[in-house]
Amino acid sequence: MKEIYLDNNATTKVDEAVFEEMRPYFCELYGNPSSMHFFGGQVQKQVDQARQRVASLLGAFPEEIVFTACGTESDNAAIRSALEVFPNRRHIITSRVEHPAVLTLCRSLTKRGYRVTELNVDTAGRLDLDELRQAVDDNTAIVSLMYANNETGVVFPIEEVGRIVKEKGALFHTDAVQAVGKIRLDMSASTVDMLALSGHKLHAPKGVGALYVRKGVPFRPFLVGGHQEKSRRAGTENTASIIALGKACELAGRYLDDENTRVKTMRDRLELELMKLIPAARINGGGAERLPNTLSIAFEFVEGEAILLLLSEFGICASSGSACTSGSLEPSHVLRAMGVPFTCAHGSIRFSLSRFTTDAEIDTVIRELPPIIRRLREISPFGRELMAKS
Amino acid sequence: MWDYTDKVKEHFLNPRNVGAIEDADAVGEVGSLACGDALKLFLKLDDNKERIVDARFQTFGCGSAIASSSALTEMIKGKTLDEALQVTNKEIADFLGGLPEEKMHCSVMGQEALEVAIAKYRGGPLPTHAHEHEHEQEGEVVCKCFGLTDGFLKKVIAQNKLHTAEQVTHFTKAGGACGGCIPKIKELIAEVLGEQLKESDKKPEKLTNLRKMQLIQQVLENDIRPQLWADGGDLELIDIAGSAVQIAFRKACAGCASSGFTARFVEQKLQELVSDDITVEEVQG
Repeated sequence: MKEIYLDNNATTKVDEAVFEEMRPYFCELYGNPSSMHFFGGQVQKQVDQARQRVASLLGAFPEEIVFTACGTESDNAAIRSALEVFPNRRHIITSRVEHPAVLTLCRSLTKRGYRVTELNVDTAGRLDLDELRQAVDDNTAIVSLMYANNETGVVFPIEEVGRIVKEKGALFHTDAVQAVGKIRLDMSASTVDMLALSGHKLHAPKGVGALYVRKGVPFRPFLVGGHQEKSRRAGTENTASIIALGKACELAGRYLDDENTRVKTMRDRLELELMKLIPAARINGGGAERLPNTLSIAFEFVEGEAILLLLSEFGICASSGSACTSGSLEPSHVLRAMGVPFTCAHGSIRFSLSRFTTDAEIDTVIRELPPIIRRLREISPFGRELMAKS
Repeated sequence: MWDYTDKVKEHFLNPRNVGAIEDADAVGEVGSLACGDALKLFLKLDDNKERIVDARFQTFGCGSAIASSSALTEMIKGKTLDEALQVTNKEIADFLGGLPEEKMHCSVMGQEALEVAIAKYRGGPLPTHAHEHEHEQEGEVVCKCFGLTDGFLKKVIAQNKLHTAEQVTHFTKAGGACGGCIPKIKELIAEVLGEQLKESDKKPEKLTNLRKMQLIQQVLENDIRPQLWADGGDLELIDIAGSAVQIAFRKACAGCASSGFTARFVEQKLQELVSDDITVEEVQG
C-alpha cells in the first residue's frame, strides 16, 4: 500500500536532491573538517557552504549559525546558555503550549530554584501579550516562546514578543522548528536572540539541527570539548548531515512561495471540505494565524487513535492530539491549554502537508475520512445521541 | 504505533455485537468523554432470567477499547450471570491474544461494565467506580480524576498481580492524569502484597508425611532453586526421611566455600514455609 504521508510536522521525507548532496560524505569524502590536510579541508569548505545556506534562509550571517544534533539540543543549549550568562537572574518565561524540548527542561529547572512562568493561550491558541508584559521583569534571564505550534500550527507574534522582552534586558529564544521552511523568517530585522531549527522537519535527515545565535549575544556552550563550531558546540561535525541541512535550507528557500500558495491551498481545501462533510467538528486554532501546512481538526464523540487506525487502513498517515496511553491520559497539553472542550479534545487529528503532498492525496482523505467518523460515532454511545439530535 | 495482535485488529475493524438492546434486562455504563473512553454494555437474559442470550455494546475509545468490548460480548453470550461474573480482565486480554500493557485498562473497562450491569440488575451497591454518580460506591475514592475507589484498585492489583504504580495506571488509569494519588496507590500495592504474603506464608497444620514431602519439593522448586540459579548454582533433592531432608549441591554451589550457609538458608526457608522441625543435611550425591 502506498502511503499518503500527511504527518510532516512529525518528520519529513528526505528530499532526493538532499540525499544526493550528502551521499559522497560517507565513503568518499569522509575527512574530518578540522584536519590540516587537503582531504579534511575540502569537507570544511562544504560545511562552510552549508552554514552559508542555512544563514541565508534565516536572513542571518553564517557565523551566527551553530550546528547541533537536533532541535531539542538547540533549545536546551539556548536556555541553559542564557542561565549561565545571567547567573543572578532566576526567572524563565515560556508558555503552556511549548514543545517538550522546552517545557520539560523549564519544569525541571524549577527544581533547581528557578521561577518559571508558563504563559497562557486563549481558545484559539494565541498569546496574551499583556500577560507577558506583566511577567517579564529584571529577574528574567530568558523568554523562550515557540515560533509556531507543532500541533495546531498557530504562529506567535514573535517580533512583538521580542520588543517586550528587550525592554527588560532578558534574552529571547524561539523554538522555530516548525516554522523554518514554512514561513519566511528574517533575522536581519528581528528581535530574536537565539532560534532553534531541526533538519528532519524540512526534508533533511534526522540527527541534525542548528541554533542561530545573534552576533553580540553572549553564549556559553552546552557541549564542551574540542574547538568545533568556534567552541560553541564541541564534537566532530556530522558532516554529511550538516551538508544535507544546507541543501535542504537552500531548497526550502526556493519552495517557500510554493509552501504558502499551493500547499496552503490544499490545506485550506482539506479543511473546508471536511468541515462541510462532517458535523460536530471544529478547527483547533482556527481563529489564529497558522502555518500554511497544518490542520488540527477535532471531531466530537470519537477517539483519535481509533480514527488514525482506520485512516491507516487507507495508507493515510496523520497524528492525533491525544495519545491514549494510560501514562498520558490527558489529551494533548496544547489542546488543554486552549481549553478545547473535552467532548472533542480526545478526537483531534492533525494533518500536516508538505511540498510533496498532491491534490489526489487530499481527495483520498476527503473521501475516506467522513465515513470513518460516521462509523466510529455509530459505535460510540455519545455519537448516537448526536446523530439522534441531528 | 501500537503492536496490536491480529485478533485485536480484527475485532477493531469488524467489531461484533455493536449497538443497543431496546428491551435489555441489564445495562452497565462505565467511563466518560472526559476519561477518554467509555463503554455501555447491554445484556438480554433468557426467560428464566439466568443466562445471557444477547450482549451488545457501544464504545467511545481507542482501537483496543473497541476490540475489548467486542471480545467481552462474544465471551459472555450463553453464560449464566454467575459464570459471566467470573470473567476477568485478563481473560478478555487473552481472548484477543494479549494487549500492550499501556492498554490493559481497556480490558478492565470491559470487566467493570459487566459487573456494573449485573450489580444494577440484581440491585445492591455497585462493585466498582460507576459512571452514574448517584449510585452508592463501595470504598473510598483514591483517584479523583477518574473516580476510582480503593476497593476497585485493590481488586485489580490482586487479580493481575501488579507491583508498581505505573502498572496500576496502565490497568486502571488511576494516577495517569494529575498523579496526585500515586503515593496512595503505592500504599494499596503494599497492602495487597502484604495480604498475599500472609496468605502464602500460612503453614498448613498437622501435615501428613506425604503432604510434607510434596510441600518440601514444591518449596525447593518454586522458592529455592530459582534463587540458586540466579547465582549459577543448583541443588538436587536426595532423600526425605520424616523431617530430615538431604540435598546435594550442583553447579556453582558444588564445592562452593559458602555451601554451608546455603544449606542453612535452605533449612530456614523450609522451616518457615513447611514445618518448624525440618533439618537439612548436605550429602555428596
